[in-house]
Amino acid sequence: MSVTTRTPTAESAGPPPPARAHWQHRLAERGVDRHLWLLTPALLFVVLLFLYPFFYGLGLSFQPTEGGPFSDYARFFSDAYQRDTIWTTLGLALPAALLNVVASVPIAYRMRGRFRGKRLVTILLVVPITLGTVLTAQGLLNFLGPTGWFNRVLSGLHLTDEPIRLVHNYWGVFFSLVITGFPFAFLLVLSYLSGIDPTLERAAATLGAGWWQRFRMITLPLLMPGLATTFCLTFVLAFSVFPSAVLVGNPAGETRVISIAAYQAAYEQYDYPYASAIAMIMGLIELVVIAVVLFARTRFYTGSTGGKG
Amino acid sequence: MVTTTAATDTRRRIVARPAAWLVWGAVIFFFLNLLGVVGSVLVSSFGQRWFDTWFPDGYTTKWYGDAWTEFALLQVITVTLQVSLLVVGLSLVIGVPAAYVLARRSFPGKRAIYLLFLLPILMPPITYGIPLATVLYKFGFAGHLSGVVLANLVPSVPFVILTMTPFIEQIDPRIESAARMCGAGMRSVFLRVLAPLLLPGMLASAILVLVRTVGMFELTFLTAGPDSQTLVVALYYSMSAAGIRAQQSVDAMAVMYTAMMLVLLVIALRYVNPTQLVARVKEEPDP
Repeated sequence: MSVTTRTPTAESAGPPPPARAHWQHRLAERGVDRHLWLLTPALLFVVLLFLYPFFYGLGLSFQPTEGGPFSDYARFFSDAYQRDTIWTTLGLALPAALLNVVASVPIAYRMRGRFRGKRLVTILLVVPITLGTVLTAQGLLNFLGPTGWFNRVLSGLHLTDEPIRLVHNYWGVFFSLVITGFPFAFLLVLSYLSGIDPTLERAAATLGAGWWQRFRMITLPLLMPGLATTFCLTFVLAFSVFPSAVLVGNPAGETRVISIAAYQAAYEQYDYPYASAIAMIMGLIELVVIAVVLFARTRFYTGSTGGKG
Repeated sequence: MVTTTAATDTRRRIVARPAAWLVWGAVIFFFLNLLGVVGSVLVSSFGQRWFDTWFPDGYTTKWYGDAWTEFALLQVITVTLQVSLLVVGLSLVIGVPAAYVLARRSFPGKRAIYLLFLLPILMPPITYGIPLATVLYKFGFAGHLSGVVLANLVPSVPFVILTMTPFIEQIDPRIESAARMCGAGMRSVFLRVLAPLLLPGMLASAILVLVRTVGMFELTFLTAGPDSQTLVVALYYSMSAAGIRAQQSVDAMAVMYTAMMLVLLVIALRYVNPTQLVARVKEEPDP
């Protein structure tokens, strides 16, 4: 009797002290209980070190040192030297990411089975990822330079008369993106490909499909979502290219990517609002590209047969 | 034909198909270039003078001594180790409990929290690094060791959560229930049941975070002061000031960095699958 009278008051006027056990119980039924306190350190961390700086930067970008709230954004887009960094970055990151993903597919397709030395190949591929862009840049300067081994081999084979200029321009940065990005894309594609049930292809083979038909009609459609994810992750890596754009590129001209613009605003002009504005623009452009790719990804089949992202 | 074992399959194709030649040719070309990139740094660091020839005139190890004193590498390496170990320890302490909750429980808002933890991995470091560095400078952390550690925690904690989740899912929840029945509290379940079982997983994610932190350039670069540079940042500074120091001593420093990374990598590969170094981001939620 008392229970039936108390329940409506608890719902209408919030939980009074006697109903305490009651709402705790109800929350526990939905999965909320004391154990969730274990999340607190991580949540606190992500709020303090990720969300707060992000919103602080967002707020700062609307408080420029001079002018109205949007004047830093206007400044960025009205200055051709700054605005073009967007196209420079996309011009480097999109082709590099695309090449890395497209080249990975046939190689991973060939290597997805077991063979001797597979572990060795994967270990060797991990090496450039762990070495990182700074060391790759140093190596490329030596290797691709005018007197480096690459140009020596080319002139030794009489393919060129003069050394090709491959560093301190677009190509140096592009190669460094391929050297660090390709293994990354390859290992991801390989893990997606290995997730696709091989019996599907065998079934197609018994129905008389050739290898191209099997690849085109079965493997590729199943792999597409995984490829889209791989493209996104490789693109993120390539988009934030900073050290190699400075070291093997031409940071004042051809390879003045948007991260250089942001860095210069923050650490050379000490204009933090402007730097934050550029960082926000950078994040936004990246998110737009990723959103486009992920939207395209929803149009592919994402079933339970592996290969999905 | 397709049902034959993969080993004989590839062996036959190498003989038969031009496509296979093309694929293997591309792989070998990639590895040759990689070898050239790493090898030219290595050879140059031992070379006396190397200008317009295939190999240096003579070999010496003096550049290593030069680099060691010129770049104050003892201090740099000490800082690198301090930063990496602190980041590994802190990110495990913060990340493992969260990974446990996310792997075991379902509660309202779980997907949103998961996405929140993923975001720092999906964003390029420079994008959030600049606002983060601004905030760290505002509170006086940046320019010191603490700022570098805090900045490096941002991608590391989510990474620990991602790598630990599958390890936790593997543990039978009935083991915990049994411990509870025998009167263990949450604390002793964690310390005496889960921690020993999770040790391999924690080791794996610790080593992965270690490799990533030693190699992390952008965040350290944005927050480090003169006496809190890690090896990779010191390498960058010595490279971008090219011409001041001998090219070979920069190369020697690069070789030391490479050696450090390779040692870590060899240790890492004893505990983790090579694809894990890149592919743990697979659990990305569907849009």
